[in-house]
Amino acid sequence: MFEILEKKSLNPFVTMMKISAPRVAKKAEPGQFIILRTDSAGERIPLTIADFDREKGSVTIIFQIVGSTTEKLNHMNVGDCLCDFVGPLGKATETEGLKKVAVVGGGVGCAIAYPVAKKLHEMGVEVHVIAGFRNKELVILENEFTAASSKFVIMSDDGSAGEKGLVTDALKKLIESGEKYDRVITIGPLIMMKFVCQLTKEYNVPTVASMNPIMIDGTGMCGGCRLTVGGETKFACVDGPEFDGHLIDFDEAMARSASYKTFERKAHENTCNLFKGVE
Amino acid sequence: MPNMSLKKNKMAEQAPDVRNKNFDEVALGYTEEQAIDEAKRCLNCKNKPCVTGCPVQIDIPAFIAEVAEGRFEEAYKIITKSSSLPAVCGRVCPQEMQCESKCVRGAKGEPVAIGRLERFVADRHNALAHGEVEKPVSNGHKAAVIGSGPSGLACAGDLAKMGYDVTVFEALHLAGGVLSYGIPEFRLPKSIVQQEIEGLKALGVKIETDTVVGKTVSIDELMDEEGFESVFIGSGAGLPRFMNIKGENLNGVYSANEFLTRINLMKAYKSDSSTPINAGTKAVVVGGGNVAMDAARCAKRLGADVTIVYRRTEKELPARAEEIEHAKEEGIKFAFLTNPVEIIPTENGWVKSIICEKMRLTEPDERGRARTVAIKGEFTEIEADCVIMSIGTSPNPLIRSTTKGLDTQKWGGIIADDDGLTSREGVYAGGDAVTGAATVILAMGAGKKAAAAMDEYMKNKNK
Repeated sequence: MFEILEKKSLNPFVTMMKISAPRVAKKAEPGQFIILRTDSAGERIPLTIADFDREKGSVTIIFQIVGSTTEKLNHMNVGDCLCDFVGPLGKATETEGLKKVAVVGGGVGCAIAYPVAKKLHEMGVEVHVIAGFRNKELVILENEFTAASSKFVIMSDDGSAGEKGLVTDALKKLIESGEKYDRVITIGPLIMMKFVCQLTKEYNVPTVASMNPIMIDGTGMCGGCRLTVGGETKFACVDGPEFDGHLIDFDEAMARSASYKTFERKAHENTCNLFKGVE
Repeated sequence: MPNMSLKKNKMAEQAPDVRNKNFDEVALGYTEEQAIDEAKRCLNCKNKPCVTGCPVQIDIPAFIAEVAEGRFEEAYKIITKSSSLPAVCGRVCPQEMQCESKCVRGAKGEPVAIGRLERFVADRHNALAHGEVEKPVSNGHKAAVIGSGPSGLACAGDLAKMGYDVTVFEALHLAGGVLSYGIPEFRLPKSIVQQEIEGLKALGVKIETDTVVGKTVSIDELMDEEGFESVFIGSGAGLPRFMNIKGENLNGVYSANEFLTRINLMKAYKSDSSTPINAGTKAVVVGGGNVAMDAARCAKRLGADVTIVYRRTEKELPARAEEIEHAKEEGIKFAFLTNPVEIIPTENGWVKSIICEKMRLTEPDERGRARTVAIKGEFTEIEADCVIMSIGTSPNPLIRSTTKGLDTQKWGGIIADDDGLTSREGVYAGGDAVTGAATVILAMGAGKKAAAAMDEYMKNKNK
């Protein structure tokens, strides 16, 4: 069983948990993910590894409450155990040979961007981080990013945190001001990553995007996580989760991510008391 | 006197129109009287042709003779000398191509119903078993088994019986491999699979679920750091193939693996499961093997009108005759000599229809199977809101890509000799991971053979 060692609310919709999983912690690398089930009737959901502590045998996950499973997970507390916690899955972020990198995260995607930024920073790579949030209330990991980068820009939709605007505005400004990145790493909502990749293509900056599609097993068995990259079908779980952002078919990925929207909404309504009628 | 009836005793089944709406087991099994009557059809041939048709050489006439006398527990003991999973194999073995195809009674009339008798004997034992198994005396040596499917379970069971301390590593949250995620409840109840696994645990076998060997831990770590002296790889052939046609990534298109895993492993057909499934109202299953039949019959049970699209004719269908018969009875339609070329989307990116070209048979290939060619310009469009691709699987690359010095075939299968020995000392492999997709019984046989070889290896090493 996988005990919850620590739980912290990062903002009203995003929670951090440290889970006891010694085997996973021993092998985890930035960019990889885990699959968990809260209980024996639960679904399997993938979550990217946000941090790990090999000595303590713990793995950190950060999740946004978007559906019934994340809602259930958020109701669990320190001392409770997750039914299943498998990993580390997927390939680690490639960091070799990098000198200057822009990490562009959006919303809860920043949680996934953080371990990559931290690793690069520790390796001596010059790291610029651009993080986008809807508003001030939703900003997460501000101190962590500040410590893991030489430049940290926050963008918000309403201007309540950092500058008003999109992450692409900030990235464009930095590139145009002469910053020469040998890679952009982007993690966040599909629509954001799509526009980041469009922008960096114009400026010819190699870009990798971290994909988080629907999947079941995470080992290449179901094919549910398939996506088109450069005209070829790839499985995010074993070939990814990171791919050349200039080659990903984002429109297809967005359509596929909405496969079970109706089911998920209904399941969430059944889990969350907010949606239940007053008896 | 033998029973000279030309026909097998019929096994009771749920009526087609009832069972195509539930997931309960289709076949209900023999009664004691039926089993004894069927057993009496066996002529107890001296040269035992049926045994030559059995991949694990069960002493078939001997166990049937015990059934004929009503000594069912004796029959069980004879079967389990050679087979680790009789309740499973009695249900899913292609007996018509194996033991029963060699039965003398089959020359005139139907062969003895060996599969049904095996199933009866195993079920009767399981129903009466009290779970009191004598734990073998430990020999203090550790062996690891990767994958808890048929080959892994058979290997683990045999090693445990020899006194080894065996740990089985399973990537999913539930043991059983294809028996759990692939074969549907109505063909192989999951309670039977779990009962077989509980039996292994009673022998002392440890099962570590949620462990992806190659990711969570490597074979080298198991051997160098965790003290496993020998390792068996039974990781199966779980990677789904696609046709690479336009529209294959639309919403509503599944691999058979995904569709069946959602249903069998994640229980998406039950109302309390959090896992969604969409079989649509009109489902098309592409392919003609047992997995295609399973997927089609699942989709039917979820309320879809189902058509199986296959590019050859009925005669070439690779599925077992019984599965095809069951599928037809349940109202599943077949479109033969039909091959998908494109899947057409709705405005919202869902499947709307599938376009197929008409085919004709030509001269057979080197394996004797008829080839097909497209009839130019002849297409049909089949309306569908769910498409399930069931055109085969290949071995998972996770282990071969993380184990140095493990030689593999070009197509991904692990290279192993007759005893299962791979190019790595102490590392054995068997089942679909070596052969590519095959049957439960062949995998089980490979697991047993490897267990014997691993025993020899560990004994010699420790001399």
